[in-house]
Amino acid sequence: MKNSKEQENFIRKMKKRHTMIKTCQFLFLFIFLALWEICSDTGLINKFIFASPSSILLSAIDLASDGTLFRHIFVTVFETVIGFTSGTVLGTLIAVILWWNGFISDVSEPYLVVLNSLPKTALAPIIIVWLGNNMKAIIAVALMTSIVVTVLNVLNGFNSADKDEIKLIRSFGGTKKQVLSKVVIPSSMPSFVNALKINVGLSFVGVIVGEFLTSKEGLGYMIVYNSQIFKMQNVMLSVVILCILAGLLYKAIQILENQILKRFGRQVTKFRSDS
Amino acid sequence: MQIVAGVKDISLFYHSVSCETEAIRNLSFDVEDGEFMSIVGPSGCGKSTLLSILSGLLKPTSGKVYIKEGYKTGYMLQKDHLFEWRTIFSNACLGLEIQKKLNDESKDKVHMLLEKYGLKQCESCHPSQLSGGMRQRAALIRTLATQPDILLLDEPFSALDYQTRLSVSEDISRIIRAEKKTAILVTHDISEAIALSDRVIVLSKRPAILKSEFKIDIQSDNHRQSPKFREYFDKIWKELEK
Ligand SMILES: Nc1ncnc2c1ncn2[C@@H]1O[C@H](COP(=O)(O)OP(=O)(O)O)[C@@H](O)[C@H]1O
Ligand SMILES: [Mg+2]
Repeated sequence: MKNSKEQENFIRKMKKRHTMIKTCQFLFLFIFLALWEICSDTGLINKFIFASPSSILLSAIDLASDGTLFRHIFVTVFETVIGFTSGTVLGTLIAVILWWNGFISDVSEPYLVVLNSLPKTALAPIIIVWLGNNMKAIIAVALMTSIVVTVLNVLNGFNSADKDEIKLIRSFGGTKKQVLSKVVIPSSMPSFVNALKINVGLSFVGVIVGEFLTSKEGLGYMIVYNSQIFKMQNVMLSVVILCILAGLLYKAIQILENQILKRFGRQVTKFRSDS
Repeated sequence: MQIVAGVKDISLFYHSVSCETEAIRNLSFDVEDGEFMSIVGPSGCGKSTLLSILSGLLKPTSGKVYIKEGYKTGYMLQKDHLFEWRTIFSNACLGLEIQKKLNDESKDKVHMLLEKYGLKQCESCHPSQLSGGMRQRAALIRTLATQPDILLLDEPFSALDYQTRLSVSEDISRIIRAEKKTAILVTHDISEAIALSDRVIVLSKRPAILKSEFKIDIQSDNHRQSPKFREYFDKIWKELEK
């Protein structure tokens, strides 16, 4: 089928817009870095406390050559992934229990509400005292930051399952377990995906805060340590790497999301265009 | 004819902290084997509640429910509720799957039903690819697959637009008659009730009590064409207005 002229025009216009957006995004980054470099070279800003893109690059090469950089990155990513996964799995399990038993759900409601609003990082020092100065504590902090949101989001999804769809399962003589597996879980996939997206960011916060407080490795450690000895280019480098990691993790979740979308079909797509 | 289902003097109250709702009051009727019976009444009068009671999902506050020994009920709801994450075939197998009766033999039966009622080429489609009428048919096959003896239809056509509604309702009732099932159809659409059934029961506003009963004595296959159709319509209409 051949497109009409108007359609061709429209497509051309949209393509042009897309290239413009990409170009501007790239230009913005380029100008920002160039200005930064020029300002610190000419002494307009203090090179010692603001560092510069070139010094960051140099320290990146330096730290990469002896492998310490990769070690720090690996530790942070590892802790985040473990914290994120366990937060999601445990949160979902708790949501299942609360969905199953309305009484427990009602009893726990005020506690969940308070815990949800509480800045979980406030608990980090306590957890470190309990679990010690080690990776376990950091993962626990990451888990803490994401678990409550997961419980609330997933439970909310569970509870908004269609009453008549549940009635359908019941009319076939289905058990509560079957209601859960045939209707409630599949239909709340959109809120599950949402929970995943929120969790990535939160687990990251948990891990970095944990590393600020304890640990001898990781990007959070790198930031704190280098800021204490005023090696600002290393601090900046860690932040840049964190930006990249955040982007990559988001991308990974997106791939997972698409996978779930495919499995659970147009339901989820519909949900997205509605919102 | 033998009686296969019925209720005797049933009442039902819904309870919540703020109020008590009387949905049904002292209702009695019987259904004969192979009969297509309709229950009409205004929205919110307790029709869905009545079907839930017949299917055993709800217990009446008082009164008795009778279902002939060994007979099973099958439900069909207002929306088709086909799951988008399943294919049409897998949707049609849902009931069997829940009752743990899904095996090669029963799968063959589902294939057969889908073929017989013109959905063979859609077996591996997802629900959104089908028209409203085809979806409703798939939903009926999902219920028929579990081999119920009495079908409970809760306004199964009211979600369709008027055009499709006429043809789909004829279509579905033809299938039900071909499968020789007893059916209880609940609706607020008087003409639909007359067009499809052998008998119409009229319920009052909530709490539902039985107002009157009409035997639809039309010989021709197409009830809507008959001159008696108008007569029945007026009578039932007046009865509902009262
Ligand atoms: N679970 C429930 N709790 C309390 N009231 C209900 C419940 N379900 C239905 N009702 C009330 O009972 C009445 C009858 O409902 P229903 O049987 O669904 O009516 P219909 O199907 O005829 O429209 C309505 O007034 C409705 O508000
Ligand atoms: Mg109803």
